[in-house]
Amino acid sequence: MISDTLVDLSRLQFAATALYHFLFVPLTLGLSFLLAIMESVYVMTGKEIYRQMTKFWGKLFGINFALGVATGITMEFQFGTNWSYYSQYVGDIFGTPLAIEGLMAFFLESTFVGLFFFGWERLSKVQHLLVTWLVALGSNFSALWILVANGWMQYPVGAEFNPDTLRMELTSFAEVFFSPVAQVKFVHTVSAGYVTGSCFVLGISAWYLLKNRHVAFAQRSFAIAAAFGLASVLSVITLGDESGYELGHVQKVKLAAIEGMWETHPPPAPFTVVGFIDQENLRTNHALEIPWMMGLIATRSLSEPVTGLKELIAGHEPRIRNGMQAYAALQQLRANPGDTAAREILREHGGDLGYGLLLKRRAPNVVDATDAQIAQTARDAIPPVAPLFWAFRIMVGAGVFMLVTFALALLSTTRRQLMRQRWLLKLAVVTLPMPWIASEAGWLVAELGRQPWTVAEVLPTWMSVSSLSVGDLIFSFCGFVILYTALLVVELYLMVKFARKGPGDAPGSSASSATPA
Amino acid sequence: MGELLDFLMSYETLRLVWWLFLGVLLIGFAVMDGFDLGVGVLLPVVAREDAERRVLLNAIGPTWEGNQVWFVLGGGAIFAAFPLIYAAAFSGFFVALILVLFALILRPVGFDYRSKLADPRWRGLWDWCLFVGGFVPALVFGVAFGNLLQGVPLRFDPDLRVHYDGGFFGLLNPYGLLCGAVSLSMLVMHGAAFLQLKTVGELRERARRWLGLAALVYVIAFAAAGVWLALGVEGYRLLSFAGKAGVSDPLAKTVAVEAGAWFANYYDAPVLWLIPLLAFAGAGLAWYLAPRRPGYAFIASATAVGCTILTAGVGMFPFMLPSSLQPSHSLTVWDSTSSLLTLRWMFWLTVFFLPLIIAYTSWVFRVMRGPVTVEEVRHSDAHY
Repeated sequence: MISDTLVDLSRLQFAATALYHFLFVPLTLGLSFLLAIMESVYVMTGKEIYRQMTKFWGKLFGINFALGVATGITMEFQFGTNWSYYSQYVGDIFGTPLAIEGLMAFFLESTFVGLFFFGWERLSKVQHLLVTWLVALGSNFSALWILVANGWMQYPVGAEFNPDTLRMELTSFAEVFFSPVAQVKFVHTVSAGYVTGSCFVLGISAWYLLKNRHVAFAQRSFAIAAAFGLASVLSVITLGDESGYELGHVQKVKLAAIEGMWETHPPPAPFTVVGFIDQENLRTNHALEIPWMMGLIATRSLSEPVTGLKELIAGHEPRIRNGMQAYAALQQLRANPGDTAAREILREHGGDLGYGLLLKRRAPNVVDATDAQIAQTARDAIPPVAPLFWAFRIMVGAGVFMLVTFALALLSTTRRQLMRQRWLLKLAVVTLPMPWIASEAGWLVAELGRQPWTVAEVLPTWMSVSSLSVGDLIFSFCGFVILYTALLVVELYLMVKFARKGPGDAPGSSASSATPA
Repeated sequence: MGELLDFLMSYETLRLVWWLFLGVLLIGFAVMDGFDLGVGVLLPVVAREDAERRVLLNAIGPTWEGNQVWFVLGGGAIFAAFPLIYAAAFSGFFVALILVLFALILRPVGFDYRSKLADPRWRGLWDWCLFVGGFVPALVFGVAFGNLLQGVPLRFDPDLRVHYDGGFFGLLNPYGLLCGAVSLSMLVMHGAAFLQLKTVGELRERARRWLGLAALVYVIAFAAAGVWLALGVEGYRLLSFAGKAGVSDPLAKTVAVEAGAWFANYYDAPVLWLIPLLAFAGAGLAWYLAPRRPGYAFIASATAVGCTILTAGVGMFPFMLPSSLQPSHSLTVWDSTSSLLTLRWMFWLTVFFLPLIIAYTSWVFRVMRGPVTVEEVRHSDAHY
């Protein structure tokens, strides 16, 4: 039997490495686009200040990009090292978008990022601009394919189980690519990246303005960030809402868990603003509710119901029983591939095989599970509600905060009141960490909400791990945490140092001689 | 035309094509990122002061990032086309691969952060990291190949879950280490060959001396590994299997383990002997051509790198991951691929994107061509 410690450590390691990676990715996504916009303005207007902007923000982009790449390499290989059963079970589908990401996106981004830094003297203006756009395009394509892969884990379409190879196999590439979950997630995530880039530029520019440094430079940067940021944050929120609508259809368990909604209410369902989750007794205490709200978000109607967790748990039981039959048929088929009756049962109940596998954790033989084990497994099939509930609220709270900042920032910029509104500049500085808080919380919502599955309703998380020893995991987990934390500290140090230095003071640039030593 | 397409799109052909693609990606990685790793290893010995180190870093600075993607894409392609191998190899070589990842993680940061501060201790620390970032992968990849050739202690249970009954230190056996010496010396040679194109004067002179030394070590180690393989390492031979277009079930075959089996393909098709011969010739020519024709010397060195990998791959074919524990659980090109549909999609995508990648990579190298000098790195702020 697979040890729970091994599973927990594997999950912890994956979560830690992914969360670290995701500290850097959104900024790369957003800043690459902002660099392309700034440089486009430079090429169109010929104003030197925009070139200076591209170079300065580009330098900070580089500091962030290095760690994004460093932590990204791990992700590509970690499925194989730590999730080998997952890899062999669904690699037929999941490996494809990862490989395409390399072919189409990561190569593009990485090949041209070198020219972005080293090519200023060797390329014409337009050529260099093209290079910058290709970097931005590459990083965005990269997000697209990663989210196609992730979307498939959330909502596995275009694939079916093959009993002869004991794995999921691709049936339709188009279904995987055009999966509504993947597409909505993609736009939501890249928009969140643009918001991150905008907050970064907005916050640091506001800090210069507060210190009365690099004023012309900072005002222009602030204006671009405010406009791009507002458009992006609106996109994130709209697409977040679209996600809610999608969840109402395809990931009902996740939606109900996010809302801490145990009962199926008569439509339209209320939205719980805050409350205390009691997963043991399947209820939320002291809930503060807004009537109708949930029904509107999830179904966009007043008459469709939103299913509560209790009803969803009850719905798991028949699926587990089907899964037991599918599992039994699979065993017969393994013993005798010519067993057509077994093949028929598997065809009928194959969609619930995952529930049979979920049962395996409590009843190793699956087929002889007791009613109590089945009932317990039905409850296992929902994610931990409290962390989801709170992570979601943190994400939304941070999002609304940013929306307000960007709206005020754009208003003030267009009215040319910025330098008089010091409180707004301070607000922009305070907003600086918000996108990271929102992104990390958003990642938790997406991936915790998928539990207890790695691939929703297909493969349980506990089965997905590699057959490693706990000692292996302690070695790798500690190594990653120590290495990443050390690198993060170095990164933050350099980032702050170069942000404080400001654009004019870069070594070797003409402005540095004018600054008193 | 239709028949040709049917032949091309058959499971059997696509499996073979994907074996070739994987070879292309591995060789692409070894040729393109290999010289970056080699330069990393050479950093402390070829460059004696800070400005010289910066010359070396800036010689590979604009292009190493793209080069490294060959490794990442290799990982993605194995995942998509050979999921069983991705699962078994990477979890089996767990500690070794984690060490490689730790080493590789140091590189992007090392390149970008090293020269951002002037403190000599800071720069010294990153120089050391960049050395480790080159040395560890260059060594471990060879060690891994050495262990593949001997077979790896893995087996599958009835659920097709892979189990690996060996530890990290088991990988560090004499034959594995010999193969590690092959890959390390090969990539050092290749790095030094690249520096012939990108440096001038004394620095280039020093790199050339290392090229000669590395080429010599490589030739001796590669020959020794071949002789040892013939005399002391048992190979694997496929006795029966489900067919070239059969189901990807790694348990449905029988395998014999016998001395000299890794040479069977060479005896069946003697023309294949050209591959190892080209590897030796490439190393010799790289050394010979380096002073006068650095461009050709680099091509010769790249040929040696590519042919070394091919030599091992062709000898093992159709085996990809032999199992010493349960030889019949070995993974071959015929029983560890993805479904036909996945192989087809990946085939067309690769045929479309790979030439594009090669084209724009070539353009970037063209833009950045020419040597880097000490003068240049001292007077520009855009450099590493």
